This record gives sequence, C-alpha cells and structure tokens, in this order.
Amino acid sequence: MDIIISSVSQGFLWSIMAIGVYLTYRILDVADLTAEASFPLGAAISASQIVSGTSPLIATIMGLGGGVLAGLVSGLLHTKLKIPALLAGILTMTGLYSVNLRIMGQANVSLLGKKTVMRIFNDLGMTNQIATLVVGVIASLIVILFLFLFFRTAIGLAIHATGNNIAMSEANGINTDNMKIIGYMISNGLIALSGALMAQSNGYADISMGIGTIVIGLASVIISEVLFKDVSFVKRLFLIILGSIIYRFIISLVLYLGVAPTDLKLFSAIVLTICLSSPLIKNKFNKKKHL
Amino acid sequence: MKKNVLKGLVGLAAIGLLVGCGNKDNGSNEGIQKVGILQYMEHKSLDKAREGFIAELKDAGYEEGKNIDIDSLNSQGDQANLKSMSEKLVKEKSDVILTIATPAAISVATETTGIPIIFTAVTDAVSAGLVESNEKPGKNITGTSDMVPIDKQTNLLLSIVPDAKTIGIIYNSSEENSVIQAKLAKEAIEKKGVKVKESTVTSTNDVQQVMTALAGEVDGVYIPTDNTLANTMSTVGEIAKNKKLPIVTGAAEDVKVGALATYGIDYEKLGRQTGKLAVKILKGDATPADLAVETSTDLELVVNKDMAKALGIDPSTIK
Repeated sequence: MDIIISSVSQGFLWSIMAIGVYLTYRILDVADLTAEASFPLGAAISASQIVSGTSPLIATIMGLGGGVLAGLVSGLLHTKLKIPALLAGILTMTGLYSVNLRIMGQANVSLLGKKTVMRIFNDLGMTNQIATLVVGVIASLIVILFLFLFFRTAIGLAIHATGNNIAMSEANGINTDNMKIIGYMISNGLIALSGALMAQSNGYADISMGIGTIVIGLASVIISEVLFKDVSFVKRLFLIILGSIIYRFIISLVLYLGVAPTDLKLFSAIVLTICLSSPLIKNKFNKKKHL
Repeated sequence: MKKNVLKGLVGLAAIGLLVGCGNKDNGSNEGIQKVGILQYMEHKSLDKAREGFIAELKDAGYEEGKNIDIDSLNSQGDQANLKSMSEKLVKEKSDVILTIATPAAISVATETTGIPIIFTAVTDAVSAGLVESNEKPGKNITGTSDMVPIDKQTNLLLSIVPDAKTIGIIYNSSEENSVIQAKLAKEAIEKKGVKVKESTVTSTNDVQQVMTALAGEVDGVYIPTDNTLANTMSTVGEIAKNKKLPIVTGAAEDVKVGALATYGIDYEKLGRQTGKLAVKILKGDATPADLAVETSTDLELVVNKDMAKALGIDPSTIK
C-alpha cells in the first residue's frame, strides 16, 4: 500500500512536468530539452524566494514565470534564429545551469523549517506525503482546466494546427513561429511549476535535480499512450497523470524488490524498456494473428 | 490487447503489494531493531563512511540479521529516487536512519520529525537547516560533520611549496560543500600573501581540460572534498605529475589516488564515530536533540610516497 500512496503522491507532481513535455513533444511536434533546466529553474526561483521570506504561493508562481521565460528563449532560438529544436533546447539548458546556480547562490538550498506550500497542509496535521498528494491533485487539476480552456481559444486552436500541419497552418495565415513560441512558454512554465512544487515537497532545491527529467516526462507520456491510444485532448491530460503515477510505481517497485543499489538504474531501464516497447510487441502479435 | 496491458499492470501492482507486506512482516520480529541507511551517491568516501558505521554497530553488538535489520539504500544521485527512498525508510518505521551526504539528510528530515536521524558527510549542518546549532541540535536529527581542517591543509600545501606565488583551487561549482571549502581555503591562502586562482568544473567531462589549463599557471593546487574531483583524481594526478605540481586535497582518500598529501579525515573512522551516536540512540540512552554534532576527531597526515618521488620531493620533509 505504501508504495502505491508514494507513487500516486509523487506521480501527480511529476505529471505537471509530463504534461509540459507532452505539449512540445506531441502537440508542437518538437523535442525540447529545455525541460532539464527549466525544472530546476522553477525549483531554484521558488526555493530562494521562500528562503528570503516570500509567501510560498507567490514563490511558486514566480518559479512558473521563470520557466515561461526559459521557454521564450528556446522558442526564439528555434524560430527566429532557425536553430534546430534539439540544439535550441540544449543551448538554453546549458546556459540556464549557470543561471540556476546564480539564483540559488549555492548548489543546494534547504527548505527545512521554511514555510512551503506543503507546510500549509502539514500544519493541518497531514504528513508530508499526504500534503504532497493534496497539492499535486489541486495543482494538476488547475493545470488541466487551464489547458482545456486555453486550447479552445483561437490561439490554442492555432497551436494545435501548427503542430498538426505546419504548411497548411501557414497557408491559412497562422503565424506558426509565434504559435511555437507560445507553446514553448506554456510547456516550460508547467515544467518549472512542477520543479517548484517538487523542491517544496523534497525539502530542498538542488542544482542537479533536472538530470533525467526529460526521460521521466517522456516515459510518463508514452506509458499513457501505450495504455490508451486515441483519446481526446483532455482525456489525454488525465491519462498522463496516470502515466506518471505508473512510472513512479515502476521505479518504487524496483526499489522495493530489493535490487542492489548499484543495479537500480539498470533495472529501472529494463522495466521501462519492457513497458515502452509493448506497442511494438503488440503489433507483432497482431500481425502474426492475421497471417 | 489493451486489456492485457492492464492485466500486466494489475499484476505488477499485486507484486508490489506482496513485497510491501513482506517488508512489514520482517519489521514485527521482536527484539530486532531497524536501521535505515540512505546514501546520496556512490562514492569512495561515502562508501567508507557507511562501512565504518556498520562496523561500529557490529562492534557494539548490533549485527545484521541477529538483532538489527539494516536496509541500505543508495539514490545514485537521483533526486526523485532520493524522495522515494526517504519515504520507504520512514514508512518502514526504522528505529534510526543514517543519512550520508547533505541532500540525503534533508530529504529524510523532510519526511519525518519523529524518527531519529543521524547524518554524516555533511559539511555545514546549520546552513543546511538540519540543526538549530551544532551544540544543541534540538530536533530529531544529529550526526557528524566532515568539515576538514582547511587551515591545516592549506598550511601544509604552502610548506611544501614555500616560494609559491599562485595557488590554484579546483572544484565543482555545483557542489555546495566544495564551494564553502573553496571559499575558506581561498581566504586562508590569501591571508598568507599568496595569490589564488580558482577554476571550476561542472562535470567529470570538464576536469581534464580545466586541470591542464590551471596546472600551467600555478605552483600548487588545493582541492576540497569534492565528489567530481574525487572521481577523477587519477586523471588530475597524472596531469600534476607531468607538470611537477604538488596537490593537497581535502579528503585523505584522494591522496592515495593522485594527490600528494593532506591532513585528512578518515571517512571510515568518521563512520565509526557516527555509529557511536547511533548506538546511543538504539540503546535508548540519548535522543538526537541532546547529542551535539561532532566533527572528526581523527586527523591523519597522509602522504603519497610515489607521487612525492615523481615530483622530486622527499616524503619525509612533508609535515
């Protein structure tokens, strides 16, 4: 039971990150590596703000804002300077490393005993885990509601169109560059929001907390796609929450199975490979049946 | 097909439940106390600290499988895993949790204010917010600091190269412990009227280049207890050998691999010192709130004789 609660509570926080990754990866059809730096950027901004006495809610929103700016930079590099998306992301990511260090002033900012969003719920008598769950549920629902409303507006529809068929969108008078930039900004804003909340749940922001986040995001998205193929946009967002819960569950499971610490990453990779390759295996089976 | 995937996941969940329950059963064995260990990353000094801790428990009559149950975890430097592992150790109702390195300590301290936590290999517990003060920790956490005697170490370096004009300091700018130590070392060296040139790396990939550049400009190098540099110390040592450059490090472990000398902390002994704190808590003789944070009591002069010969220095003159 423990690992289920643990996976669910962390899954909700990670899902905000995964939804951010989904927006660029699937909706805009670009692979954006900015995530690896906008995640710790959100953490860095919110943690250093909280330490200097800003209210946790405002600090979290400032973290989100930082991510939006990071997305703007990557978006501009990609669209205006015509740098390939992968490289644009890497450039922003590399640069942000120094920025993050500057913001924190050190490699690790501790939030022990500080007033965080989680603390508000801790004070109501909840354990850190339950507080994380409550915050995660509230935050992810707000995010999904926002995206649901936003992608019904003219701009939202234009972003969708840009990702689907860029030539057709341009022919219809959509400024695809701007749409991409907006997509980048929302995506990285969400990723930074996830980082800001994660730092408050973990009790610290650390310069290296971004490493591997893009994998976590992509894995969550793909697990959700493996489970349910063609679903509507909003359903997909909810399924990404499920995907990131399952991802965390898999990792926890590997942990609980008592794998030797040195083999942890290998086992995580193997289990994930099995999950992620299941569509291929599925297809092979189907083909054989038809023969 | 969709159903099969779901079935698989339900199966996984079932296994998870079984495993979860299995762990709980172990815990109910009477007379067996639970010790959780959470290590931040794989690293020589940190490993030594863990080994020393376990050895000390054993000497005090606490042996794995007999009267204690040790759950030793290592997050491999992964922050998300660190969180899951902290939750696991807290949920297992450990009687005491050993945390190795600062992120591990903060992570567990965030999860529990009830279970006693002992930390080691934390440089500055106060600035990490772990304790209110080193003398009176006040909460459920105390431990040992691995703050090195930087003054002694920098003096040692300056005594090896008395005519030095510039001393280099190289460290990973993203390791907080290193940043603190580099700052202290810089102050100590400049106080003696010697210039300091700082170089920083951000990963092991940078070390070769940055060290080569630094080696050409300085008369000696000081390296704090830095995980990245520790992991690349043999590379660093090779460069130093070629340039006839003496290196003094923060950690004694690093001297064996590629540096020249240091007054260092023996991490195994530090681990044993940490183990003594844990034994007091396991016996119920003390709570973390009253146990002051300790620094290493065992400092030893470590000299790498092979390196000294390669540099043309008589090892017996180093002291």
